[in-house]
Amino acid sequence: MSPEYSAALRKKIDEVASLYPKKRAALLPVLHLVQQEVGFIAAAEEHFVAAALGLKPIKVREVVTFYTMFLRRPIGKYHLQVCSNLSCSLLGAGSLLDHLQRKLGIGVGETTADGRFTLSEVECLGACEQAPCLMVNFDYQGQMDKDKIDRLLESLE
Amino acid sequence: MEEKVLTRHFGVPDLLRIEVYRGQGGYQAAEKALKQMTPAEVLEEVKKASLRGRGGAGFPAGVKWSFVPQNIPKPRYLCVNADEGEPGTFKDRYLLTHNPHLLLEGTILASYAVGIRAAFVYIRGEYETVARRLEGAIAEAYKVGFLGEKIMGTEFNLDVVVHRGAGAYVCGEETALLESLEGKRGYPRLKPPFPASVGLFQCPTVINNVETLSNIPFIIQNGAEWFLKRGLPKDGGTRIFGVSGMVKRPGIYELPLGTKLRAIIFDQAGGMKDGKRLKAVIPGGMSAPILTEEEIDLPMDFDSLVSAGTMLGSAAIIVIDQETSILDVLGVVSRFYAHESCGQCTPCRIGTSWINKIVKRMVRGEGEADDIDSIIRLATNIKGRTLCPLGDAAAMPILSICQKFRRELEGYLRHA
Repeated sequence: MSPEYSAALRKKIDEVASLYPKKRAALLPVLHLVQQEVGFIAAAEEHFVAAALGLKPIKVREVVTFYTMFLRRPIGKYHLQVCSNLSCSLLGAGSLLDHLQRKLGIGVGETTADGRFTLSEVECLGACEQAPCLMVNFDYQGQMDKDKIDRLLESLE
Repeated sequence: MEEKVLTRHFGVPDLLRIEVYRGQGGYQAAEKALKQMTPAEVLEEVKKASLRGRGGAGFPAGVKWSFVPQNIPKPRYLCVNADEGEPGTFKDRYLLTHNPHLLLEGTILASYAVGIRAAFVYIRGEYETVARRLEGAIAEAYKVGFLGEKIMGTEFNLDVVVHRGAGAYVCGEETALLESLEGKRGYPRLKPPFPASVGLFQCPTVINNVETLSNIPFIIQNGAEWFLKRGLPKDGGTRIFGVSGMVKRPGIYELPLGTKLRAIIFDQAGGMKDGKRLKAVIPGGMSAPILTEEEIDLPMDFDSLVSAGTMLGSAAIIVIDQETSILDVLGVVSRFYAHESCGQCTPCRIGTSWINKIVKRMVRGEGEADDIDSIIRLATNIKGRTLCPLGDAAAMPILSICQKFRRELEGYLRHA
């Protein structure tokens, strides 16, 4: 196992696992914890989680590859996730995505060379009343337009 | 006039704090139930209130609870469905953000009625901030003895755990939710057996939506009669309608079941944005068949919408304007289901992605003469042929768009 995982993380994993009648049920919360510390879930993290919960690594891989929020490789410091579902599309999500791609010089699914931004297009975020909306990591930003996007990008160092 | 129930206290500052919630009468229903009522009496009251599920299917909550066997030696579980993935839907986020203790009180009452000792709140992964707020509320409830051992000094015990999903629409389907909660891919299960008898960890399980459970304290505190008066004789209570799309005031509107769709759009949500003209409305989340402008003089309740060939679903209303091309709407709908199909059932896995490919071709201006009929054939082949309702949820809006807007769609074909 190459990466080092903090003692705090190991302790937290044990705590979370104890909340469930079966350890395996803690898999999603534990993956969230690991991703929060490491930034992504690669093969080493899959093995680490598998060992912590007494699972075969394949059982972890199955889950990591099913859920869109688990990242299998490093991404930028700020993950811009633009909703392009119906309510957001009606109110201009498409042109916001175009604007972001031009402004950042990257396509959807890519990361800027300085490692600051990763741009993703996502399905409904559950904030349709704030359409068009996006998430910066876990922070919701609503009623976006090009000016607001420009100001947002400047505020993210 | 229109009396709010669930959102009544939303303006109260710091409502998410337990002492503020208690100051508004919070936890009195739980105390009443735990100290003065038997579990059977709580269940009976909820049954009488005709509270239909607010997640989408509209199944009566009390009836669902009564399916849980009480005579087998296994633990029983409650899963709170806070996955809220249906496009257009954001009501549960409001309930959880503004009034998390209301949900906890409903959770206590449901657990008491069914004899449950452990509840899990399955919340969509993106609602990370909301989940932390809910965990804060849970910690407060433990501190004052409203959760944990011997709640309120009675013999009733209950633990509540918040469990975050990780981005999969299908996990809002109740058996996929159970699989996900068990640490697996969110693959829906074959039913029967239903979760009431074989659910989480193979044990009897109740799964209720956030809004459904948030209604329970009011039913217990004020009685089923009071609750029925706020809705319709067969559908008790109010409904939180979420309005989004091309309207002046998008947001949530708590109104009696049976309020007219046109009134919700034009009176409550302020009508069309920027003087645009209404073209179509999706009345119950993206899975609900679309309605044309001529069809929106409808009372918004479960049965009226079924009679109109659509459904109330999650009561999420998406308003589409004349300038929006129906092909673009179809493009978003078909992309969404192709992306979210879990891949277990062939008609859904292959059907949704073929439909998406055909629609993309039409968007590029390369649609062929028989493309619309191909989409209809593929969607019809999905309908009723999948383990879970996601197949129908994909087929229904796609079929309704093809049928009601066929002429416009034909205009986008290559040889039109």
